[in-house]
Amino acid sequence: MMTSHHSVDRPPVSDEQRLQLAELMLRSRMLEQRIAALYRQGRIAGGVYLGYGHELSSAACAMQLEPSDVYAPLIRDMAGRLAKGETELDVLRVYLGRETGTMRGRDGNIHRGDLRLNILPMISHLGSMLAAVNGALLAKKLAGETGMVGMACVGEGGISTGAASEALNQAAIEHLPLVVIVSNNQYAYSTTNDKSFACEDLALRGPAFGLQSRSCNGNDADACLSTAQAAVAAARTGAGPQLIVVDVLRRCGHGEHDDGAYMSQELQENYPDCITASLAAWLESGLIDAEWETTQRSGIETHIQSIVEQVLAEPEPSPHTEEWTALSNPGQLYEVNL
Amino acid sequence: MAGVTAEQLAASVGTTTYLDALRQAMFDALAQWPEAFIYGQDVEDPFGGAFKATKGLSTAYPERVRNAPICEDAMAGLAVGAAIYGARPILEFQFSDFASIAFNQLVNHAATTFYRTGKPCPLVVRLPMGGTAGGGPFHCQSPEAWLTYHPGLIVVAPSSVFDAYHMLKQSIACDDPVMFCENKLLYFHEKEVSEAGKSLNESTPQLPLGKAAVVREGDACTVVAYSGMVKEVMEAAERLSTRNGILVEVIDLRCLKPLDMQTIYDSLARTGRLVMVNEAWSYGGVGAQVISQVTQHAFHLLDAPPRRVSALETPIPYHPELWRSHRPHARRIVQAIIETVQY
Repeated sequence: MMTSHHSVDRPPVSDEQRLQLAELMLRSRMLEQRIAALYRQGRIAGGVYLGYGHELSSAACAMQLEPSDVYAPLIRDMAGRLAKGETELDVLRVYLGRETGTMRGRDGNIHRGDLRLNILPMISHLGSMLAAVNGALLAKKLAGETGMVGMACVGEGGISTGAASEALNQAAIEHLPLVVIVSNNQYAYSTTNDKSFACEDLALRGPAFGLQSRSCNGNDADACLSTAQAAVAAARTGAGPQLIVVDVLRRCGHGEHDDGAYMSQELQENYPDCITASLAAWLESGLIDAEWETTQRSGIETHIQSIVEQVLAEPEPSPHTEEWTALSNPGQLYEVNL
Repeated sequence: MAGVTAEQLAASVGTTTYLDALRQAMFDALAQWPEAFIYGQDVEDPFGGAFKATKGLSTAYPERVRNAPICEDAMAGLAVGAAIYGARPILEFQFSDFASIAFNQLVNHAATTFYRTGKPCPLVVRLPMGGTAGGGPFHCQSPEAWLTYHPGLIVVAPSSVFDAYHMLKQSIACDDPVMFCENKLLYFHEKEVSEAGKSLNESTPQLPLGKAAVVREGDACTVVAYSGMVKEVMEAAERLSTRNGILVEVIDLRCLKPLDMQTIYDSLARTGRLVMVNEAWSYGGVGAQVISQVTQHAFHLLDAPPRRVSALETPIPYHPELWRSHRPHARRIVQAIIETVQY
């Protein structure tokens, strides 16, 4: 799979990074399992879209970001969001539409963002967030900031939109420190790769637009950590925009309303679950012991339970007190001198 | 003008066109707001934009006037991200017709950002709109109707040199996304002679962005227009006054969303009759909204059914003779006013 368009620098990975990744993956999986349960209980309005199978690569990539870096996650990036600093409390407040959440019930679920954490709130139109990250980076550049990075996530379906193509070209022309993560999870809703793209390798799209390109196996923790680390470092030090194509399998339907019955059994056998496989490997290597996983799971479960109880008791938005204006400062329209 | 200096640009006095006013407004905005920047196709010197609206600006502010590749969607997306991060982007689309490519980023991203996140999204999209002879179906459209539809966007359309300058500066200062519709026919034809020794940037705005203006007083009929149609309506009003003795009141809407309906109601209280003129097609447009509001809230003021004058219901034709008939013009406006007055 390694071809000439790939950059092959592989910085070393530490046990500390592996342990951080292990914890993030477990937090993400267990939080999403709880969200799926809340959905089935009818407590969540609208859709629930899960990142099962994406946890390893999503967290490994976002772990490379600094707090001031800009992150535009997509719908399966719960683990990446947690790596960027979102908490279970933030997530559940938005999913449950609470007034206390960052979106205040005005938007929900995977559209959430938190500008305090430099996580942009995505819109549903795939590929659209790449240009927004370009804009954030250009604004920072014009303000004299240096050393920043913006990471935008997209799938193998979204990378083929006109919006994504325009934004990749734009990032390369402006030489912006953008890192684009293309998670090829084999399905765009039910559409298989052969109907999503016809090029040999999506990584070819990078150099075609003037981006450096890398690929990695989304089930290989060291490969993901190392590849993401190299790409982020390259962007941060002025090498221009970077592209990483991650090969994963979505281990659930498109959303919780979809049983994914169309998904290939063969593919599922070929892609082990990233969490199960990694933990088994780390158990064998001695990085963790059996007690580590038990302790982690127990702590996470207790935490999630307390957060669910807290958030369910928090106020929901009221149509009677809602401000019902889409303008931040409508009074400005009636001031002569702004 | 490629080598124009900042001083030369700032000191331009004498006859000023609508286009000069836009250029001056952007020059002054770049000086006033360090966070403002211009992004558009061909905006840099020596070319200075398809209509030369940005001529000289990149020479004065090389980092903050940036050529974009052909990518209206990504231009608008970039503007949203930049606005969230404290910049005041000013986009130039070469023709407003191409705003359709940016439709998603404008209506789904720019328009929703504040409501969803509480973070203001201050950006301006300059949209050269309206007809010129020979422009045809893809360089002459008036896109304001579909921009006004979406909550979260402010849509303005100045008709005079003075408003082109002050409304553009007010739009750049605004904390919300402003769709700035500029009429191409006015670019060179609309001129004002400055007060002796005074340039536009020494003048004071008379109205806020959101207010309409009564630009001619009369008692027989209220005629509401905006952008390039104000000039046509003023010509019609003059003809009616001299030939028919009919004195119409002309309102320049200036801001298409939100609408300043009070100025229209106040005028209708004096005239009792309404003709709405827009260069755009009629279906669901700004004129439809004005008349809907009037019939709902000021029906008691009407002595005759409101009437509309709009473009004909086809794509915009290429041939100058077809184009002149396709768009509203003074003769059609005169006819509509007479029929309304005689109702």
